[in-house]
Amino acid sequence: MNDPVDVLIIGAGASGAAVAWSLAETRMHILCLEQGDWMKPADYPSTGRDWEARFYGEWSTSPNIRGRPEDYPINDDSSPIKVVNFNAVGGSTVMYTAHWPRLHPSDFRVKTLDGVADDWPIDYDTLVPFFEENDRIMGTSGLSGDPLSPLTHPPMPPQPLGLSGPLVAKAMNKLGWHWWPSDTTVATMDYEGRARCINLGHCTPACAQGAKASTDITYWPQAIRAGVELRTHCRVREITTDENGMASGVVYYDKDGVEQFQGAHVVIIACNGVGTPRLLLNSASGRFPNGLANSSGLVGKNLMFHPYAQIYGYVTEPTDSNRAPPTCLWSKEFYDTDLSRGFVRGYGVQFVRGAGPVFEAVVSEQKGILPWGADHHRVFRKLNGHRLGFSAICEDLPEEHNRVTLDPVLKDSHGIPAPKIDYAISENSRRMMEHALARGREFLETAGATDICVNSPIPWGGWHLLGTARMGADPQSSVVNEWGRSHDVKNLFIVDGSVFVTSGGVNPTSTIQAIALYVADQMKQRLANLFD
Amino acid sequence: MPDQLTLTPRQRQDLRTIAAMIIPASEEYRVPGADDELIQADILATLGRDAKPVATALDHLARLAGMPLADLDPAARDGVISTFRADGGAPAATLVRVVLQCYYRDDRVLRSLGLEPRAPFPKGHVLEDGDWSLLDPVKARAHAMRQVS
Repeated sequence: MNDPVDVLIIGAGASGAAVAWSLAETRMHILCLEQGDWMKPADYPSTGRDWEARFYGEWSTSPNIRGRPEDYPINDDSSPIKVVNFNAVGGSTVMYTAHWPRLHPSDFRVKTLDGVADDWPIDYDTLVPFFEENDRIMGTSGLSGDPLSPLTHPPMPPQPLGLSGPLVAKAMNKLGWHWWPSDTTVATMDYEGRARCINLGHCTPACAQGAKASTDITYWPQAIRAGVELRTHCRVREITTDENGMASGVVYYDKDGVEQFQGAHVVIIACNGVGTPRLLLNSASGRFPNGLANSSGLVGKNLMFHPYAQIYGYVTEPTDSNRAPPTCLWSKEFYDTDLSRGFVRGYGVQFVRGAGPVFEAVVSEQKGILPWGADHHRVFRKLNGHRLGFSAICEDLPEEHNRVTLDPVLKDSHGIPAPKIDYAISENSRRMMEHALARGREFLETAGATDICVNSPIPWGGWHLLGTARMGADPQSSVVNEWGRSHDVKNLFIVDGSVFVTSGGVNPTSTIQAIALYVADQMKQRLANLFD
Repeated sequence: MPDQLTLTPRQRQDLRTIAAMIIPASEEYRVPGADDELIQADILATLGRDAKPVATALDHLARLAGMPLADLDPAARDGVISTFRADGGAPAATLVRVVLQCYYRDDRVLRSLGLEPRAPFPKGHVLEDGDWSLLDPVKARAHAMRQVS
């Protein structure tokens, strides 16, 4: 039997790390249980000659393909967009592109502004101090002053434009469209013990240099020094409750597969938009027959992904290929609602610098633009190192039929029911994606690109797992309140992307972490009456 | 165990033949074909979790060919390959990917492409800072983020 702790955090990824760090100053006994382990940068793909090949195996973005012991399977057969994630200390910040936009102020007022979905119970201004704090700790690079994005103050300069940046810039300028250097969490100078980026290029499947911020090298070392305990290889099966309907702790499997109980006075879930509803639904009991914290019936519903509409082509000029971080510029030209486009809301754009030779060969062969036989070499030399891409991150609106449930058959290695995804792209999103592809084609043609190819949606593009335990003031229409506490279970909190009410049209990690810090701050302010 | 699966001599023979059909040697570019001995050895040594689908693909290929692929006349071989590419599914795609991923990490091939045959870490790459005056037109335009109130 483990001694009970004051605060138990489930998940050591983006939000779990942030909330642990923030609460550490309370000097409470804080424990985080993480199903994965600490990663070893010396083992990261970019340290070996097989760096690209590993992307198709144990370093795949898909847990179903990757199949590491730390992963759990996900039945996403009923979704055109497959879930991608990473399970380790650092979570999916180990395996992400480090693109770092924030949700816009208008994203928190969707119902008021556009008459769709719901407004958030909090606004952008509430989160500003937490965005700023998070940017400082994660260490961001960028250029302040983007007229179409919220004001940020990155402590490091933007990434170099390289070869691809000017090609993007010239085409966008010709079209009169907005572009700006992206805020990223790639360190462009030495920062807080992290070495500056040396352009390994293969950023997404983990940065061997440590230039890309992941919470195992940002928040966690600080949180642990401040007294937080992090226990790895601990997979939580369910959250238990007492006779008063309060969370009493969790049942988990330790690194030896032995079932353990860990008592806690407060439980915080930070397992992402798929793992969190899975855990809540797996925590059903006599008192909570439909799953924990689910009196609204909304746990698992309103799953939002951000369908990606990607279009790319090949220019005669050389591009950065794999010799730079994959994303360096964004555009918000089509971010806000313009009903003349035939849809509400909008999308952000991230430009793609290129790809490595193996990826280029494999994808181009599959697309039918790289032939077999004698002409293979000539065509490959035309393609390799010449790719330029336009990826639209389309705002997905919440729909209850898009959901996470428990698979009746599929289980993980501990016998815990796996999540099942049912998801369909809405008509509004489809029109948005078509618009993005048309604009992307204009961009590519202006840049002089040929051999244009489309991935829409990007099948393995379910990076952003949002909305499945939404926040709101009304217990009938939300799972947690405006400061992340379950309406039903007064000592249960959720801090990950599940609480998003709407998705915005940008990568969400910055906003997820700002919300986690905000919830932690609310908890600290309310410690005397946290459960009232 | 699928990861320990090794290919039979016949499967290896067909793998070499199809690899040469995907990427033949080129005197013009001074590169070997994907049937090159070193590249084939790399493929076989690193099949790992791909061994099972690759073996499945090669078995399918053998059924279509009815004899070693190399023994078919060129027209018949092209016909078999055309069918294989059309109906080979995921195993066929894995086979092609395995050939490509080993070919495009071969030292000779990378040098021919003007690339250094090395891992990205620790040397990395040098990136030009670029011309930031390209941003001037964006700054000059009257853009404004949507206001909430």
